[in-house]
Amino acid sequence: MDHSHDHEHKETFITKYVFSQDHKTIAKQYLITGIFWALIGGAMSIIFRLQLGFPDMNLEFLRPILGGWITPTGKLDPEFYLALVTMHGTIMVFFVLTAGLSGTFSNFLIPLQIGARDMASGFLNMLSYWFFFLSSVVMFISIFIPTGPASGGWVIYPPLSALPQAMSGSGLGMTLWLVAMVFFIVSILLGGVNYITTIINLRTRGMSFSKLPLTIWSFFLTAIIGLLSFPVLVAAALLLIFDRTFGTSFYLSEIFINGEALPQMGGSPILFQHLFWFLGHPEVYIVLLPALGITSEIIATNSRKPIFGYKAMIISMLGITVLSFIVWAHHMFVTGMNPFLGSIFMLLTLIIAIPSAVKVFNYLTTLWKGNIVFTPAMMFSIGLVSFFISGGLTGIFLGNSAIDIQLHDTYFVVAHFHLVMGSASFFGMLAGVYHWFPKMFGRMMDSKLGYIHFWLTFAGVYLVFFPLHYIGIAGFPRRYYSFTNFDAFNMFTDLNSLVSIAAIVTFCAQFIFLFNFFYSMFRGKKAPANPWRSNTIEWTTPRVPGHGNWPGEIPIVYRWPYDYSKPGAAEDFILQTVPFSETKESNLPHENELIAEEEELKNMKVEEESHGH
Amino acid sequence: MTGFVIVLALFLISAILVALFRLHTLVEVIRGKKDERSGNSNKVNAALMVVFLVTSFVLLIWYSVKEFDNYNLPVASEHGVTTDQLFWWTMVITGVVFIITQILLFWFPFKYQFSEKRKALFYPDNTKLEIIWTVVPAIALAGLVLYGLLVWNKVMQPAPKDAEVIEVMGYQFAWKVRYPGKDKELGGYDYRLIDAVNAFGMNFNDRASFDDFSPRELHLPKGRPVEIKIRARDVLHSFYLPHFRVKMDAVPGMPTRFAFTPTKTTEEMRAETGNPDFNYELACTEICGRGHFSMRLIVVVHEPEEYDKWYAEQESWLSKNPDYLSKVPSDMKELAMVKANIAQ
Repeated sequence: MDHSHDHEHKETFITKYVFSQDHKTIAKQYLITGIFWALIGGAMSIIFRLQLGFPDMNLEFLRPILGGWITPTGKLDPEFYLALVTMHGTIMVFFVLTAGLSGTFSNFLIPLQIGARDMASGFLNMLSYWFFFLSSVVMFISIFIPTGPASGGWVIYPPLSALPQAMSGSGLGMTLWLVAMVFFIVSILLGGVNYITTIINLRTRGMSFSKLPLTIWSFFLTAIIGLLSFPVLVAAALLLIFDRTFGTSFYLSEIFINGEALPQMGGSPILFQHLFWFLGHPEVYIVLLPALGITSEIIATNSRKPIFGYKAMIISMLGITVLSFIVWAHHMFVTGMNPFLGSIFMLLTLIIAIPSAVKVFNYLTTLWKGNIVFTPAMMFSIGLVSFFISGGLTGIFLGNSAIDIQLHDTYFVVAHFHLVMGSASFFGMLAGVYHWFPKMFGRMMDSKLGYIHFWLTFAGVYLVFFPLHYIGIAGFPRRYYSFTNFDAFNMFTDLNSLVSIAAIVTFCAQFIFLFNFFYSMFRGKKAPANPWRSNTIEWTTPRVPGHGNWPGEIPIVYRWPYDYSKPGAAEDFILQTVPFSETKESNLPHENELIAEEEELKNMKVEEESHGH
Repeated sequence: MTGFVIVLALFLISAILVALFRLHTLVEVIRGKKDERSGNSNKVNAALMVVFLVTSFVLLIWYSVKEFDNYNLPVASEHGVTTDQLFWWTMVITGVVFIITQILLFWFPFKYQFSEKRKALFYPDNTKLEIIWTVVPAIALAGLVLYGLLVWNKVMQPAPKDAEVIEVMGYQFAWKVRYPGKDKELGGYDYRLIDAVNAFGMNFNDRASFDDFSPRELHLPKGRPVEIKIRARDVLHSFYLPHFRVKMDAVPGMPTRFAFTPTKTTEEMRAETGNPDFNYELACTEICGRGHFSMRLIVVVHEPEEYDKWYAEQESWLSKNPDYLSKVPSDMKELAMVKANIAQ
């Protein structure tokens, strides 16, 4: 079938690179914006790590950047320390690991891996990015205002976040934070609707749900989680805006501050926490699932083996999706919530460890007796699994309410989530970039630099976050500007210095990646058609796929994406587009029966019109 | 000037690195293509996996043993012993899983690194295996849940009737403590009555508040159940006693509580830790503003008799602030003066 849509387009610079409706360009826009934010968020963490690791250090040299936030004695202002912690969290969780990860790879891979010309609605997709951009601009501005950005922690618990008299960051900075987040959520919802619609409606002929790569499954479930949970954050934010601006008392009650008793009565700060974590916990999986999907794909490809337990992997992800909505209150065991509720949430929380465990065992079995190629993407995927294990296991401590009494809001929590969701997802993102870079830009990234980047980052991340477990078991609370006020916490200074040094090295190592990324974009080796000898159909497109992805007809899919090292086959991979009738030597008995259906697939009507024009 | 030199040096170093990198790529192009998969990099990376595994396990074990006494905070409450036990049992179970899975994760890549001679095993699933490793973690977790529930319910159960009731209030950026006085009943409060002196907003229409007293430190009796009534005046705080394994948020408008029994006096702890200056401390663990890291209050645990003596010696808040007698309704003034121990 002929299709005439790409040559009729008159692409100007603006429509091609700025207000583009092409999913590949939008993906790259998300990626570049995500990288930009990762640098800002990372740099912030370096500044507060300097404070924590070297409390006596003269930070005068930061004055050109931070201005008045450096006190006359050359110290970091304690309130700006909190602002840095808050913005680091917000930026990393939402702008880097949600938009940067999910936005990039859902956009890039969904049409390419399911065999679609583009997203269901290119226009909404473009809007989604530009809402994210708008949100980024507002958030970025908030960093530079005189009263400072939001400083009440990324969870913005009221009353602290509701009362400008409680801290200066709760003034204009908090307002901008809320506005930015509302735009951000609009972006997520527009994106999510598009991902779901595209996956359900625009799969190519033969691409049934049981033949979808695990990447697509993970993006699909992530979008569903986002669509169901993010609106709750809008509600929470809206009520907070009312409390801040119109004197309502949703979250405020019996407050005496700055010599004044406020009129608000009957509100509940706990209500906000319930609403926030109703998004906040699923958010963890919004961040993590795409990374796990990407890893599944990369580990299978580079082990030259089918992913072990494809169905179990999908069921685990489904289980995580459902359970992620009913575990939120484990963040609130010691908030004064009814202890009985604590028991229920503890039970549900520990159940979610089961599908996670299954995923780990399946990854390990995929590696077992593989023929493993260490591409940089593969290294980062193995790193991800290692973090997922380390950070996941500490979740079993924290999910147990009785243990959480002591560990809640200590560095143990910081260590836990930075490994299991922060670093693991970050590694998923890097793995994805290394793996799909050839498809994005038609060139290869340098693998040697990739290895150096991996080992520095991998060792660095462990050196940063593993020691925090000890500090956490010792009871050190989070978000402390300094520990010298307490006898109990006035120790581990050497360890804290080590952590800070490791953080600086890890941060610097990311510049190796940046160099590799931008250099290879223009000067890298030209990529072969299928550099990783992978099965999924994005590798059947031209080296640099144009608008519409496939120049001719979209290929038909006949088999699942994991036919690696199939006994009898000459090569160690069989593309999804190869019909069973051509691989009689390697077919399993039930696959021979499928040959009869191939004619039917070929005769199916192609509904190209559905592509938005 | 030094700043400029540093920037210049960094710039030059990166320029050299970039030049080296270009040279390296050009050399590779001249040498021609080779199959990267069975090349040196693959072997080096596979070996590094094992090196990483061994090194990190050595570091982990060495540090965990060496620093044990530092990160393992001594425990000074009855329930703390049981929650610590639960913690260490969880450590054993997760530790075993951690060691096994991490070893496999790094060993497999080394063992099964790419080789032209071998083909990977086509092994898409095994239902029996998958059921086993769904059920085994489920059983282990069920055990931990059950154990956890028992401990949690015990810790959270209501305090016995005869428990010492003490009120602790967090505000930006300190704590205040209030004892019920000789009548063993805390007086009522209203946040609208708070002023610069009456930090609690004590209500002097309530006779129970006449003998309430507010010392500078939190004093606790050893061996007696204590119920802390926790509240906050402005924003969220969290009442955290690290040595007692106690933590509970202080919420404006919603009083919370935590009941526990101290088991070691300050003196005993000084002997145990070998630190003559040791003090129990109360800290805040919920971000509350710029002074969050400085909300320290000293906690003193006495022998019960000593505690009773200390308790009896305390002067009531009202006797220290006799101006507030004017807030007491006239018909209760006499009673107030008696209860607050104010001389006529």
